[in-house]
Amino acid sequence: MRELKLMKGNEAIAEAAIRAGVDGYFGYPITPQSEVMETLMAEQPWKTTGMVVLQAESEIASINMVYGGAGCGKRVMTSSSSPGMSLMQEGITYLAGAELPCVVVNVVRGGPGLGTIQPAQSDYFQTVKGGGHGDYKLITLAPASVQEMADFVEDAFDLAFKYRNPVMILSDGVIGQMMEKVELKEFKPRWTMEHIEENYPWATTGKKKDRAKNIITSVQLEASVQEAFNHKLQAKYKAVEENEVLFEEVMCDDAEYLIVAYGSSARICQKSVEIAREKGIKVGMLRPITLYPFPTQPIQKYAEKVKGMLSVEMSAGQMVEDVRLAVNGKVPVEHFGRFGGSVHSPGEVVEALEQKLIGG
Amino acid sequence: MKEEIIIAGFGGQGVLSMGKILAYSGVMQDMEVSWMPAYGPEMRGGTANVTVILSEDRISSPILHEYDTAIILNQQSMDKFENDVKPGGTLIYDGNGITRHPERTDINIYRVDATDEAARMHAVKTFNMIVLGGYLEVKPIVKMENVVAGLKKSLPERHHHLIPMNEKAITRGGEVIKEVSLVK
Repeated sequence: MRELKLMKGNEAIAEAAIRAGVDGYFGYPITPQSEVMETLMAEQPWKTTGMVVLQAESEIASINMVYGGAGCGKRVMTSSSSPGMSLMQEGITYLAGAELPCVVVNVVRGGPGLGTIQPAQSDYFQTVKGGGHGDYKLITLAPASVQEMADFVEDAFDLAFKYRNPVMILSDGVIGQMMEKVELKEFKPRWTMEHIEENYPWATTGKKKDRAKNIITSVQLEASVQEAFNHKLQAKYKAVEENEVLFEEVMCDDAEYLIVAYGSSARICQKSVEIAREKGIKVGMLRPITLYPFPTQPIQKYAEKVKGMLSVEMSAGQMVEDVRLAVNGKVPVEHFGRFGGSVHSPGEVVEALEQKLIGG
Repeated sequence: MKEEIIIAGFGGQGVLSMGKILAYSGVMQDMEVSWMPAYGPEMRGGTANVTVILSEDRISSPILHEYDTAIILNQQSMDKFENDVKPGGTLIYDGNGITRHPERTDINIYRVDATDEAARMHAVKTFNMIVLGGYLEVKPIVKMENVVAGLKKSLPERHHHLIPMNEKAITRGGEVIKEVSLVK
């Protein structure tokens, strides 16, 4: 029986986490993502599924609680918004360095600094280029609807445990705060200890007599050992890049121009494509669903077909660099976006397309 | 069928919940819906607005620069959104506190004096449902049974005893809304 609900993106994250059998959520409130924890607290899943929900004393504490839970093989997560996410960066690179699976949700707001509470997409660099130190990568999913906010929670945990790597759900104030129809999945039970021990033998579940002790750490002081470990990480990231790229194409078949946009910008640009098409402009849109791994090859392919590309994001121009790397100078790639908490309208995107690419 | 609506007024007028009830009515009628509030600092003690879209097809942008219908409940919102109604579109407003009435001649304009009517009904809190009733009289995009179902879904159960009063307010809104000027 289909259960349709009208809910905010943030609420959908919380509901999906309970239904996916997540073991723990640790967080600290910040607009525009506070409804994630508010919903969890209202639902009280510790009484039903046994899921732990805890408001920590800070974002730094939250991400380190995630480290602890993940080290035990538990499915744990946190969420925050931009300034809080900056505080979590140390924890995230430690999680990546210790090869721990977890899910982190960033409902992005305008920055830099304390910035504003309104939507932005200016944490792209922080997310996909390494907000913390060292050669690590965060698998990054960018939902563009409330339904995807719900669906990506379980997808993110699957990827996290498949690759023993933290996974980011990079959302923003638009998707977090808007309400849409959502179909929620069936309740799944939390993993048993037997399941964890059998499938994730690295987890610190308590030493048995028949195996060596498991150590969760990100420190290897011996350079040669650290280098070998880095090679192992790089091999893992290569596998991620080969196997996990997700993207969506909208009206691309006959496109002479291509808009590249993710998350809420992709929703706005879909309307821009409709408006432009009514004016006779043949434009399509490619929406990266995974930001890391980035859909480099598909964009490369379109560089052979279109006259130019417009990267649209609520930032001063971040993803545009990855689009340009993919295109490698074959066609002009321009950036357009409002930022600092302002959101571009579908009409503004069409104007930018006309001025920057078609008229230019 | 697609209807793109902005509802704008003061915080506390029930702008967001009116949008939510309308959106839930759309869900009950098996339509695609989106509800996008302005949640920024303007909401904290100032104006509130929400964009609601009801459509038979998949909705692209939840954020718009022009609207089929603007429901305007204070002067600031009149100044901000009158020009964003599509030509041939609809503007509905409550005259209470309005110092500059709408001036456009290429849109359909209706007035629903919900503030006065809610006071007359001794049910100030049903203000937003009177406005909703006025809107649905002009644009009957969702059936009344689905609006009631939407109300039930939107309100917590402890408030379900208020549903008949809200239904009455919706009906009253339909009766008191009047044309100001219509595009020929």
